[in-house]
Amino acid sequence: METANVLLAVENLKTQFFTYGGVVEALDEVSFGIIEGEVFGLVGESGCGKSVTASSILGLVQKPGKVISGRVLLDGDDLLQKTEKEMNAIRGSRISIIFQDPTSSLNPLFKIGYQVAEPYIYHQGKAKKAASNEAVSILKQTGLPDPRDKAKNYPHELSGGMRQRAMIAMALTCEPDLLIADEPTTNLDVTIERQILNLVKDLQEEFGTSVLWITHDLGVIAQICDRVAVMYAGSIVEQADVRTVFRSPKHPYTQKLLRAIPAADSAGENLEEIPGSVPRLINPPSGCRFHPRCDHATSVCSEKKPIELEVSPGHTVACHLF
Amino acid sequence: MRLPEGFLFTSRYRILKRRLHPITKEFGLTLYVLRKSTLAVIGALLVGMFLFLAIFGSRVAPYDPYEVKIKERFIPPSKAHWFGTDKMGRDVLSRMLFGARYSIRAGLIVLVIAVPIGVLLGGIAGLFGGWRDEVIMRFTDVFLAFPSLILAMSFSAALGPSLFNAMIALSIVWWPMYTRLIRGQALSVRETDYVEAARSRGAGNWYLVRRHILPNCLSPILVTLTLDMGWIITATAALSFLGFGAQPPLPEWGRMVSDGRIYLMQAWWVSVFPGLGIAMTVLGFNLLGDGIRDALDPKLRRITEVKWKQRTFS
Amino acid sequence: MKLRNYILRRLLLLIPVILGVLVLVFIISYVIPADPARAWAGPKARPEQVEALRERYHLNDPVYLQIYYYLKSLILHFDLGVSATSGRPVLTDLKAFFPATFELAFFAFVLAIVIGIPLGVVSALRRNKPTDHFSRVVALTGVSTPLFWSALLMQFFFYYKLRWVPAFGRSVVEINRYTGFILLDSVLNWNWSAFGDAATRLILPAVTLAFYTMGYLVRITRGSMLEVLESEYVVTAKAKGLPARIVIYRHALKNAIIPPITVLGVTFGWLLGGTVLLETIFSWPGMGRYAAGSIVQVDLPAMVGFTLVAATVMILSNLVVDIFYSIIDPRVRVGGKTR
Repeated sequence: METANVLLAVENLKTQFFTYGGVVEALDEVSFGIIEGEVFGLVGESGCGKSVTASSILGLVQKPGKVISGRVLLDGDDLLQKTEKEMNAIRGSRISIIFQDPTSSLNPLFKIGYQVAEPYIYHQGKAKKAASNEAVSILKQTGLPDPRDKAKNYPHELSGGMRQRAMIAMALTCEPDLLIADEPTTNLDVTIERQILNLVKDLQEEFGTSVLWITHDLGVIAQICDRVAVMYAGSIVEQADVRTVFRSPKHPYTQKLLRAIPAADSAGENLEEIPGSVPRLINPPSGCRFHPRCDHATSVCSEKKPIELEVSPGHTVACHLF
Repeated sequence: MRLPEGFLFTSRYRILKRRLHPITKEFGLTLYVLRKSTLAVIGALLVGMFLFLAIFGSRVAPYDPYEVKIKERFIPPSKAHWFGTDKMGRDVLSRMLFGARYSIRAGLIVLVIAVPIGVLLGGIAGLFGGWRDEVIMRFTDVFLAFPSLILAMSFSAALGPSLFNAMIALSIVWWPMYTRLIRGQALSVRETDYVEAARSRGAGNWYLVRRHILPNCLSPILVTLTLDMGWIITATAALSFLGFGAQPPLPEWGRMVSDGRIYLMQAWWVSVFPGLGIAMTVLGFNLLGDGIRDALDPKLRRITEVKWKQRTFS
Repeated sequence: MKLRNYILRRLLLLIPVILGVLVLVFIISYVIPADPARAWAGPKARPEQVEALRERYHLNDPVYLQIYYYLKSLILHFDLGVSATSGRPVLTDLKAFFPATFELAFFAFVLAIVIGIPLGVVSALRRNKPTDHFSRVVALTGVSTPLFWSALLMQFFFYYKLRWVPAFGRSVVEINRYTGFILLDSVLNWNWSAFGDAATRLILPAVTLAFYTMGYLVRITRGSMLEVLESEYVVTAKAKGLPARIVIYRHALKNAIIPPITVLGVTFGWLLGGTVLLETIFSWPGMGRYAAGSIVQVDLPAMVGFTLVAATVMILSNLVVDIFYSIIDPRVRVGGKTR
């Protein structure tokens, strides 16, 4: 995928977890690229490896997991080859991440003003006072009312939406090149979710940050993403810009996924479901991991893993049908 | 009760089996995880040995623990007397074998008294909340305001010196801990969605306790019970050591340590071996308790569950 | 909720507890013994003495009057009764023996904390490495060995066999007692041989006492630290690119230290209980030995008096711990209750 200004290129990323029960093949040669300034969506069901992708990029894979092979190029620089110290300089300043549950992601014993100010202190070497002021100003930008007051509060004193805003502020302190959002709105109710989505979109445009938005909600993808990759059981099955994926999905899984969403005009019809369940990644199905549940499966599907092929400009699919 | 013919094929058996299956499965998994941990196995062995000695010790003992043979006093550990003899010429090993039962008896009695009281009060406090909770908690706090050993000593002094009274005293000191434990469990379970769902279906309090609260409490109770056994045994021994638990000539281990104290320099074995016995037993319970706690830890269970399944079905 | 309000609230909630404590002590001293007057007078007393006691403590009056007189003498006069063995007021006895116990308990406590908590942290950080295994073994041993037995062993090895340190009594050298705390007093006296003597005598009992407590603290700290290290806010801190030492020693440690701290109050209570055993073995002239002696001599007033003092100390130390806890953890102040 050689377009101009690729900010982050993930190539053949392979991550595995070595547990008591066996080897969990979480990521099986995942590849995608994020262009500067775009919002890139990563969508898939729970357990398909979306969050593992995020932690692999940042080098935060917890034991017993390990990134086995692949490259993660940030502006051409392979992150997987970097030392811990170098990665620390990148985390929080060039690549930031916000998590799903702001309640457990914020340290309950420190005021949020302090937690937001920390990146200023440790990445930009600012003094405490200056850092606190900057923290207040960025909190203001995320739409937190009374930021100076709220900065003196502890996480448990704020509502869910406010906490998520604080987390966003914390992530954007150093104006990162890439913001990874790991299901940040899944726990919020719809109205707040809307606000947060708009907020991220605004901030993204203002700072020029690229966003990797991870979610299982296709609706959210439709609202804010420019391009999207569909993940299933540790592999990317389809990648394209949002319009194309929604209008003309090529991979059977994507098609089924889209058909499973109730449409405004489908009242009274049975919802379609995908038979079977997501496979365990300890002994994943051979060949194409979707073949046990696929209507169009042929013999080659269980033998060989399909390669990603470009079916039209900017639209790739990994399926033997092509 | 004679089973009716063909019982195994009737639907009743099948229903029973289906109902029990999740319980037996969980139990089997717990045993498997336990087996895998060397420390827990060591703990189980120690506890098992102790229990064996407590029940059968009297039959295995080579000598009479009460017979006084002044001529044979203070014999050091030797072939005839593995642990030596004490100031009355009694074989230390035999006395220890006879004495194991007092320690275990103490532990069991204290727990049998303390746990039900604790469960009852803690359950009421946790489930109903409100003024019942406040009252019960204040009541518990009063007991917890005293250091446990000292309160036990006080009750022992008031009740009179005997092993039985020491056990009563310890029970009085121990029940608050279980109350707190159960209350905490009941509180957290009470807030869960499935309890609310059950309530909305019209479930009464008793049903909730039986089906939802108790099963959840079982694991922490089990862990605490095991760890506590060690504690109670030590506390009983301590009370006996001070002179307020077992009275002579009962060969309770704590008492034996105290009896040998004066002769520590000349005949160290009289005090050291009983104390070692206590230490080993407590160690066993601690290891076992730790093992059970780890085995019931959900994360570890999930990870090991896969391996267990592979073993059963391969 | 502001810190001050929290403290006030805690103090208010203490009142029913204190009342309950007094009632419980009343039950122990007045209700349980079959004949309280006889029990207080001791087995050696003559019938006239028993009768005099009965009069003095209104034991012939109905129960509610007894409670009234009991509370009155306790709260207004701090009258803990008269010891059956020494004939002196229990309060006087306890005051005399208090400094010795305090010195012992204090040093043991400090030792246990200073070694136990950091060891637990290090153990968690170097999980499953040799350091971890070593400290876990030490902790397990500490928790499993009965205090009285380990004290005897220590005495046996380090005094009888090795003659490294003395193992009996508190001090031999005569100095002016200003505070009752010998270590302090010997410094005030500028008597360094006294200081050395007292210090070496303190080592064995303090270390033995600390050994058990330390084991417990190591286990709790290690468990807590391990749990905290896996929590999401630690992941966030790492994801922010904060230096490792900040992540560990600021974000993780502050949270991890909460369970050990909450336990400190109870731990001190065990220490107090432990002094009873230790002072007996090491002939340490403190309240513990006094209490142990009073049990054997069936001296009920002394025993109960000691219990009351112990409870007071426990309540106070728990209060201090709770306040400290609420300073660290702001979530607690909202509910007012600490569980």
